[in-house]
Amino acid sequence: MSWIDIGDINDIPLRGARIVKTQVGCIAVFRTAPDEVFAVSDTCPHKQGPLSEGIVHGQSVTCPLHNWVFDLNTGQAQGADEGSIPTYPVRVEGARILLDAESVSRRTAA
Amino acid sequence: MTKQKIVVIGAGMASGRVLENLTDAAPDQFDITLFNAEPRGNYNRIMLSPVLAGDQTYEDIVTHDDAWYADRGITCRFGEKVTNIDTAAKIVTGPNGDVAYDKLIFGTGSEPFIIPLPGHDLDGVIAYRDLEDTERMMSMGEGNKVVVIGGGLLGLEAAAGMAARGVEVTVVHIMGHLMERQLDEAAGYLLRKSLEGKGIDIKLQANSKEIVGEDGKVKALMLDDGTELPCDLLVMAVGIRPSIALGKEAGLAVGRGIHVDDQMLTSVEDVYAVGECVEHDGAVFGLVAPLYDQAKVLAQTLLGEEAAFVQKTLSTKLKVTGCDLFSAGDFAEGEGREDIVFRDPSRGVYKRLVIEGNKLVGAVMYGDVADGNWFFQLIKDETDIDEMREMLIFGPAYQGGEASDPLSAVAALPPEAEICGCNGICKGTIVDAIAGGATDLAAIKATTKASASCGTCTGLVEQVLQVTLGDEFEMPAAASICGCTDHTHEDVRRLIKSMPLQSQEAVWQELGWKSRNGCHVCRPAINYYLLSDWPIEYQDDPQSRFVNERKHANIQKDGTYSVVPRMWGGITTPSELRAIADAADKYDVPTVKVTGGQRIDLLGVKGEDLPNIWDDLNKAGMVSGYAYSKGLRTVKTCVGTDHCRFGTQDSTGLGIKLEKILHGAWTPHKLKLGVSGCPRNCAEATCKDIGIVCVDSGYQISIGGAAGMDVKETELMCSVPTEEDAMEVVLAVTQLYREGAKYLDRIYKWLGKVGMDWVKEQVVDDLENRKALAARFELSQTIYNHDPWADHVKAKADKYAPMADLTLEAAE
Ligand SMILES: Cc1cc2nc3c(=O)[nH]c(=O)nc-3n(C[C@H](O)[C@H](O)[C@H](O)COP(=O)(O)OP(=O)(O)OC[C@H]3O[C@@H](n4cnc5c(N)ncnc54)[C@H](O)[C@@H]3O)c2cc1C
Ligand code: HEM
Ligand code: SF4
Ligand code: SF4
Ligand code: FES
Repeated sequence: MSWIDIGDINDIPLRGARIVKTQVGCIAVFRTAPDEVFAVSDTCPHKQGPLSEGIVHGQSVTCPLHNWVFDLNTGQAQGADEGSIPTYPVRVEGARILLDAESVSRRTAA
Repeated sequence: MTKQKIVVIGAGMASGRVLENLTDAAPDQFDITLFNAEPRGNYNRIMLSPVLAGDQTYEDIVTHDDAWYADRGITCRFGEKVTNIDTAAKIVTGPNGDVAYDKLIFGTGSEPFIIPLPGHDLDGVIAYRDLEDTERMMSMGEGNKVVVIGGGLLGLEAAAGMAARGVEVTVVHIMGHLMERQLDEAAGYLLRKSLEGKGIDIKLQANSKEIVGEDGKVKALMLDDGTELPCDLLVMAVGIRPSIALGKEAGLAVGRGIHVDDQMLTSVEDVYAVGECVEHDGAVFGLVAPLYDQAKVLAQTLLGEEAAFVQKTLSTKLKVTGCDLFSAGDFAEGEGREDIVFRDPSRGVYKRLVIEGNKLVGAVMYGDVADGNWFFQLIKDETDIDEMREMLIFGPAYQGGEASDPLSAVAALPPEAEICGCNGICKGTIVDAIAGGATDLAAIKATTKASASCGTCTGLVEQVLQVTLGDEFEMPAAASICGCTDHTHEDVRRLIKSMPLQSQEAVWQELGWKSRNGCHVCRPAINYYLLSDWPIEYQDDPQSRFVNERKHANIQKDGTYSVVPRMWGGITTPSELRAIADAADKYDVPTVKVTGGQRIDLLGVKGEDLPNIWDDLNKAGMVSGYAYSKGLRTVKTCVGTDHCRFGTQDSTGLGIKLEKILHGAWTPHKLKLGVSGCPRNCAEATCKDIGIVCVDSGYQISIGGAAGMDVKETELMCSVPTEEDAMEVVLAVTQLYREGAKYLDRIYKWLGKVGMDWVKEQVVDDLENRKALAARFELSQTIYNHDPWADHVKAKADKYAPMADLTLEAAE
């Protein structure tokens, strides 16, 4: 895998997210209370709500539009709702966040 | 055979263990010389804390005394700091002369890090590393004040040790919770609570700015918010740095520490290093367990045996009596992990296990650490825990398991905790009444008056009955806030006030939350309750808010936002209108709409444009209209005496005043007001949450209107003669609603539960209470009456933009 540096972990609020624009669309990069980092699609499969704006709890996010809840590990919707969002490899080195370049470039996503 | 000459630099815990291993295995094989900068031999450094606390003496913690060295023929050169090494000639130089070696061992440990604050070199500024530091702290006693910078293991042991001697201790810590590297927030919260119970004052998120001195001696620590903390001694315990200076001069390869391989060999032949001074495979060390492993490997290497040092998972405990904590493994970072949380508020217990796949990878516990080592073993052995997953958190002893008890928070309340706020009835009074034969809710109401007024404490009174009577009392089922808790909104609100609970962590722990940090249902409610009950003590948490309140704009179905600037009382000016028109052009606003609340709405603004459009509107003198908030929305007015021939009072003026004083206040649900200048009621005041209708004799104030899914007319609360009275009544009833209502109940719903009679008692009849309510509202407004747009433009505008844009990245 080749990793791209997308920024400092402290630029994301604790229990919050920021988006990264990529060739495969907007990706939401989440930071949980104990500094875990997850990268998933920003777009809710229900009606395209921006997941980066949802409330982050544990390792889940609640979509701000109609409260679907997604597990950030698997991208699966929880409870009665059905659907899932793509997840992307991401890791933290020191305070830098690295995103997998291949999975977010158009060629491999096609 | 001539003996091999070994020279050891530093008589510390790591080198001490090397010497034990060597001389045990081969008593006569080596001729050993031991240098130590400290004027003494090896003692158990980690036990300095019990010495400080007065539980042990220095003599108790000496590991190697003179006889031990003599027995093993070790030449001791204590009090001599090695100054030079010639690795080519293989000679070590100390103050009292040279020694030649065949093998050289570095065991120089580490040096405490001293933050180079102004004043760090004053007398009375010390670290916590050796016996001298400990003795200096032991010279403090009752009447002395000490500040400790650093809320990690060392700082807290120092603080607790001195507090046990009657010293007034303040710990200043830069992070949001104590021991952040070993503990999560929940355990950090419990630790803080028990240390505060020992009289230690703890300041979190506190930044030290300067050490103030007088005649060359420390006098106080100054924080960057201007707080001055007077002290007779200042202890810095903010971290350690491996002692590498001597090694570097001698030409050894160093990074953060002295580089060593798996056999503890440095980059130079015949020179070895062990302990905190080394760096192995990128890691440096601060706990003794791995150092003992290193010592063993080095001894074996010197004896010609094969051995290799491997890094292992570590565990931590704090040596402070009464603070039982345990942490091991990795409980913070990483994907694909699952938490198991157990809390028992009545015993102050918190346990959290972190599982990855079917292995335990981390454990944090507080209050009950008996199973710590069992968990630690599971982590180290990478045991497959799939079979025992369900009961794992209860430890090896419990295969039956104990469920967490929703009643334990109430059981843990002290007798003086207030249960009924209206009538000031404490738990003890209710328990006494139960003992006196009042065994159901009606009897409690009749004998104590608890829950006899507004009734929101009913649930808690029932829990007191249950806790006291056990199975003899049958609890009616009540709906809990969400799956994270068994408590109802009403119980949580009441307990936040009476326990008191002033942080989210306190609520999660003391009320036994079943999740780590709530969910989208309970967390916004808890955030609201905390900020409304503790405006000064608690800090609003934007990450616990729905996006609209976090971004101060309304999210639309396509992810764009609507922006509504405030127009006080619905009054605007040509220049404001021009600024709005300019902003609409500049940011390509697709829709401009006049709202029913007498405002202008700019719909369809892109998220990343928000700070810019706000800045433009701010410059034209406009602030956020809070059209997104569970808070004051608008005060709608008619033109009143200014222009209208029917007007009886200045309805516009009153509306503007009310809006100015109320704006920024958070409420359980949205709050809309209307002020009409006469009973023709052009401002539709009687379908607002609070409506004011002006009449010749003054002001009619009514509450509980709505015009949504439910349509309600307001109910008259009172008539008052002056504008001043009207303002005070409005503030008081707003505060009563803020303090009592369930999150997401609008005034009419709340009113339906507590009843107009009770509200009148509180706000209309009891003048003193009215004033007190209004004063509490104004106190809260000293924090919240501000413009969030301006704050965001100034402080976090860049957070609205994407973190990175990879669309332009060359496609390779
Ligand atoms: C108060 C306190 C409490 C602690 N509690 C714990 C605990 O609970 N659990 C835990 O695992 N760890 C604890 N630690 C950490 C533990 O004590 C250290 O990890 C351990 O002592 C390091 O051993 P060492 O041999 O590498 O260094 P040290 O024990 O520091 O020994 C190094 C020695 O080298 C000497 N020296 C340095 N340079 C020279 C030179 N040029 N010439 C001659 N001599 C020199 C120094 O004077 C020193 O005596 C604690 C530490 C402190 C200070
Ligand atoms: C919680 C859900 C609601 C939210 C977040 C909300 C928010 C808003 C906002 C921001 C506006 C300004 C225009 C806009 O941005 O669209 C507005 C308009 C309005 N709101 Fe609500 N509102 C809600 C529900 C209600 C309810 C229940 C009522 C009745 C009490 C109500 C009454 C009105 C009226 C009358 C208007 C003016 C409509 C117009 O001009 O077309 N709203 N609302
Ligand atoms: S306010 Fe009312 S519920 Fe709350 S304390 Fe009162 S009687 Fe009890
Ligand atoms: S409510 Fe009365 S005072 Fe106000 S505009 Fe209407 S008629 Fe005039
Ligand atoms: S768009 Fe996400 S829940 Fe509807």
